[in-house]
Amino acid sequence: MKTQKLSALAKTIRSKNAGVNLITFDIIFAERATYERVKRAGVLTRETVCQLYRIPDQRICDFVEFDPGNAIKFTLYRSRPSGSPGDPDIFGAQQYAPLLDVEVPE
Amino acid sequence: MRSLRIICPNGHLGFAPIRVESFRLGVAERPDYIAADSGSDDVGPVPLGTDTSTSPLSWQSHDLEHMLLAARELGVPMIIGSSGDTGSNSRVDLYVKIIKDLAAKHRMPQFKLGYFYSEVDKEDLRRRMRAGETVAGLEGYAALSESELDATARIVAMAGVHPFIELLKQGADVIIGGRSSDSCVFAAPAIHHGFPAEHAYYLGKVLECASFCAEPYGGKETVLGEVTVDAVEVTAMHPAQRCTVASVASHAMYERANPYFEQVAGGTLDMSECDYEQIAARTTRVSGAKFLPAAEFRVKLEGAGKIGERYVGMVGIRDPYTIAHVDEVIAWARDKVRERFGDTGYDLYYTVYGRDGIMAELEPMRDKPAHELCILVQGVAPTAEMAEEVCMIGTRQMFYARLPDVKGSAGSVAFALDEVLRATPACRWTLNHTLRCDDPLELFPTHMTSAGV
Repeated sequence: MKTQKLSALAKTIRSKNAGVNLITFDIIFAERATYERVKRAGVLTRETVCQLYRIPDQRICDFVEFDPGNAIKFTLYRSRPSGSPGDPDIFGAQQYAPLLDVEVPE
Repeated sequence: MRSLRIICPNGHLGFAPIRVESFRLGVAERPDYIAADSGSDDVGPVPLGTDTSTSPLSWQSHDLEHMLLAARELGVPMIIGSSGDTGSNSRVDLYVKIIKDLAAKHRMPQFKLGYFYSEVDKEDLRRRMRAGETVAGLEGYAALSESELDATARIVAMAGVHPFIELLKQGADVIIGGRSSDSCVFAAPAIHHGFPAEHAYYLGKVLECASFCAEPYGGKETVLGEVTVDAVEVTAMHPAQRCTVASVASHAMYERANPYFEQVAGGTLDMSECDYEQIAARTTRVSGAKFLPAAEFRVKLEGAGKIGERYVGMVGIRDPYTIAHVDEVIAWARDKVRERFGDTGYDLYYTVYGRDGIMAELEPMRDKPAHELCILVQGVAPTAEMAEEVCMIGTRQMFYARLPDVKGSAGSVAFALDEVLRATPACRWTLNHTLRCDDPLELFPTHMTSAGV
């Protein structure tokens, strides 16, 4: 089956702190049709996020399909609050890279 | 007043300077207020734990000077929230002094300068806890215990609109705020002038990060928000930026777990039925927001505590065999620290760039390290002397790690610097909680002074 990478379909793929103990991920599409296609494909769900980041479901605090923004959004609990010694990403801004290569069926 | 117009030039004043060109265009629109938030918990727990700012005084002064000059020239109020990153008392005092110094420097006619504090006294909080008040945890934090309170250096409470409105009622021309919700810096004047709460809070929500609600992406540019009894309209001031339905709707998602709800002291902004409409090339109109008053008035508390003094070291590795066995190199160095200081009483952290340095346990590629690694070593201990030695042993001993089949026997790592460097103290977020209050102003004492000549 022919697939395309999420990075080729989404306008924005980003991660960022949402408060001191959460990191939130936004996957935003320019076109409603692309957004609907990715939703339909089922490649971005609580289950696939758990597999991709190798985390149990309890690490996911929120998973939202945000129609007004053509966006899929999920939020993870951090393993420790931001900026604790040893935390390598105080702003949570570089945690999205694994999403870029998610394969989306045609 | 049919509508109220506010410009916001910066989403985190002081963190990076405002872009002056679009700010001037915003000022030329003759807004009714000029306002910006200056705080963030993104910067980690160190500024609050050590009562410092993350940015140079000159950057803070730069933005405050542009805003003050414009506000006094237009004769409109200027509002700043969460002064100096943390909104602690010392940061409020610093910003009040900057405003007074700028007013004197420019020989401005005298004006009223209002300010409020947000720090919460630890012993006051302890008394409330002992009187049976639960300090409830947010986002995975347990209810506050006295031992966590003991570990806390400084606490700030997150103000809503209330202290800003109180100072506007007293006729403040400039307001310097302690820690406060970003959106309330803008919602307060809108409510003060009688606009509906739902549109006032939405106005604040969309303006709080300045041009982050516009496209194409570009921070620190000015945006203009206009609130009426029916809706909010937001316009990008930079000629190349536009506020579109997509950019404004997307901003609702930014930095929050749920894009539909925004909690502030006193209630919740509900954006789930917002209607977005492009009404001009650079302007989007938003209606349909709702504000749900809270049954109980709870205020968010942020607290940070110092863990210890900190030194950092750095090494590089190029030998593929050593890269494959980097955990053994680290274990060797950890063991040498243990021989000197024992098992406890210090902390030692290794961040392995090129393998899983950025994502740690979330990294799916950690079995495929790059051809070279950089390892950041952090030593934390009660005294600077001990932290330096912990870090020095933890760094230097990687050089001497003994791997059974290594070809290079003259040193296991590369040093760009054969030294360890003092860093800011290690801190952690101890409070991410809420506290019930009887009076919306009880944690936020307001003061009025004057500036100018």
